[in-house]
Amino acid sequence: MTPLAQRPWFGKVMAPLAVGVIIVITWQWACTAFEVPRYLFPKPTDIADSLATNWRPLFGSLWSTLYVTFLAFGLSVTIGTAIAFMFVQSKLIELSLLPYAVLLQVTPIAAVAPLIIILVKDTTTALTLCATVIAIFPIISNTTIGLRSVDPGLAAYFRMNKAGRWATLWRLRIPGALPFFLAGLRISSGLSLVGAVVAEFIAGTGGTSAGLAYQIMQASFQLDIPQMFAALFLITLTGVLLFAAMVKLQQILLGHWHESAMEAER
Amino acid sequence: MIDMLDQTATTISRTPVVEILSAEKIFANGVRGLDPIQLSIRPGEFISLIGPSGCGKSTLLKLIANLIEPTDGKMLWWRGDFSKVGTIGRQLAFVFQDPTLMPWSKVDANVRLPLDLAGMPKAEARQRAEAALAHVGLTQAAKRYPRQLSGGMRMRVSIARALVTNPDLLLMDEPFGALDEFTRNKLDEDLVNLCFERNLTNVFVTHSIYEAIFLSTRIIVMAANPGRIFAEYIVDEPMPRNDNFRRSDRFGDMCRELSALLSDASLASLKP
Repeated sequence: MTPLAQRPWFGKVMAPLAVGVIIVITWQWACTAFEVPRYLFPKPTDIADSLATNWRPLFGSLWSTLYVTFLAFGLSVTIGTAIAFMFVQSKLIELSLLPYAVLLQVTPIAAVAPLIIILVKDTTTALTLCATVIAIFPIISNTTIGLRSVDPGLAAYFRMNKAGRWATLWRLRIPGALPFFLAGLRISSGLSLVGAVVAEFIAGTGGTSAGLAYQIMQASFQLDIPQMFAALFLITLTGVLLFAAMVKLQQILLGHWHESAMEAER
Repeated sequence: MIDMLDQTATTISRTPVVEILSAEKIFANGVRGLDPIQLSIRPGEFISLIGPSGCGKSTLLKLIANLIEPTDGKMLWWRGDFSKVGTIGRQLAFVFQDPTLMPWSKVDANVRLPLDLAGMPKAEARQRAEAALAHVGLTQAAKRYPRQLSGGMRMRVSIARALVTNPDLLLMDEPFGALDEFTRNKLDEDLVNLCFERNLTNVFVTHSIYEAIFLSTRIIVMAANPGRIFAEYIVDEPMPRNDNFRRSDRFGDMCRELSALLSDASLASLKP
């Protein structure tokens, strides 16, 4: 029987979990020992308490943030992939559209968001638009690079076998682009959440109430620090789960053949 | 009726597989790649192209594969033009220097690729891929991915992918150049006997004198500046061949003779 510490799940799950537990215990102990007031820096138990008492508004806000995040993510993936395919089909399309894609990317979302929120009446639509604007770029650029980086030897082989446009796309270009696309997906999923939260903050300052960011703002006005932490905790948790889902997806699709998703070999 | 059929069969088997009639190649930048070449390849021949770098052996192979077209002169495949290549009895397959496998597909799917691209029904394609894999001794590896295989095994997969189309003419561009000598010897032996069993015609580019002697029935020695045929060397040794041939004095003598021819070809390749 292998010793506990040498089993694969132990290092991946138990080690980081142990660090987390130590941090939480130290935090709890330090706050108690130095008598830090809860309105300055709350104890983990205060945060848990706030989560339990305010669960109704908090989870309602979580739902609205998640809704915007997933909507923006889905839009980024579909539109971004479509644009990448267009870029690859024609150099002219890429040359004429790429500068504008870059323009979207380099303009800070915080600077554009107020404008979008004023111009677009419906709050959810406005928030989704903001989040999509920043989440779409990694999908476009990564998928374009992926579709372009075809193994020249294989491309020659496909040509020799008189493979049609569709067969080449389906059997060669798309599988070859997958690792790049998935790397883009990973970045984009995180940016969707960032975009959603940033847009909520800006909408919040304009008096529109939506999402976890609004909860944080509200709590800060009322100096309810535990609730701020509770909302922050939910945002972080969402980000971590999104990231983990993307890693899992990458493993499922690439694990058996691509270096980026392979377990280290012994 | 039967006689007639037999006669047709014999005529086909006597038809040269490839005829190169004064085909020459001048590249777009004005470089003379190949002087007019005159060469006729008969069915069942195993021809090696050997010569110093720049002698146009790869160019000649590409001409035969119709990957490039001659600047002047004519090429014939089975007494016809290239449009008839690909029909039954006129199949051509090319094996590259690298295995060029799809890393995302399992070995059997890689072998099946040319059939899939040709739109063959799935069941038949699968059966033929299995047979081709068995031919190169890789039945066990069918469900593995290319990255799990050694260099030699990957090359075998690449050869199986060529065999799966039942080619009549196999063109190989230094396929074993990157392999160690043991693996190369083993693959050479398998290849030459496979070609003999199936009466396959093979044109094989190599840098190795030993490999050329071991594999070929005829060796075309080429010279550079400009690329041309310098000499022909007939290897008059029966098939199938094995290690006994490699160890024989005859083999050593032939290697010496070919080596001398190659030295002459190198001298003739120096720029005037």
